[in-house]
Amino acid sequence: MDFNKEFDASGLACPLPIVKTKKALADMTSGQVLRVISTDPGSVCDMAAFAEQTGNALLEQASENSKFVFYLKKA
Amino acid sequence: MATKKMALIATKGTLDMAYPPFILASTAAALGWEVQIFFTFYGLQLLRTSLDGIKISPLANPAMPMPVPMPVMVQMLPGMESMATMMMKNKMKSKGVASLQELRDICLEADVKFVACQMTVDLFEFETSEFIKDVEYGGAATFMKFAGESDVCLFI
Repeated sequence: MDFNKEFDASGLACPLPIVKTKKALADMTSGQVLRVISTDPGSVCDMAAFAEQTGNALLEQASENSKFVFYLKKA
Repeated sequence: MATKKMALIATKGTLDMAYPPFILASTAAALGWEVQIFFTFYGLQLLRTSLDGIKISPLANPAMPMPVPMPVMVQMLPGMESMATMMMKNKMKSKGVASLQELRDICLEADVKFVACQMTVDLFEFETSEFIKDVEYGGAATFMKFAGESDVCLFI
């Protein structure tokens, strides 16, 4: 999937992947896609909850080599 | 959708108990919530300019995982508290857990409002100059005003 920006949260624990994803989205414009990489298994549920509560759509999520990848479309 | 609000009361000043208010506040702020933390009693220590004095003790905390079993008599020895704190901080760092300082900075950056309980500041004879500048001073009525409008209210 195409994306406009990538944020690598590998190695970070709760709540940093979410808090820093929010920061990464700050300078993006509506409709742009952010790719987030995380190694925190808790971020799977957290990212979905973040997307639901902030209106940024979670377009796709996948796990590859014990990493979790998320594509968020900025609201 | 109206902005959700969360009101927290932070009453503890140990390393382990300092995390929940800052984690919840920074996360709620990231979700677009308006957050206020009321710091009272030992929670006031979390407002100090330097958080280096925040410690954890294995004493009276039998649930704390220890690398080797440690009798209470040993836990009481001088220096054990500092050692436990150092070990916990190293462990946290290796697991990618944010430092308290980092989480507090994130809260402040996200406009989480910090209110210090004036009564306990006076009780412990703390000087406001010992605290970070981004603090308001108030009492129970100040907290109730915001808490009354909040969606989530927790005592920690």
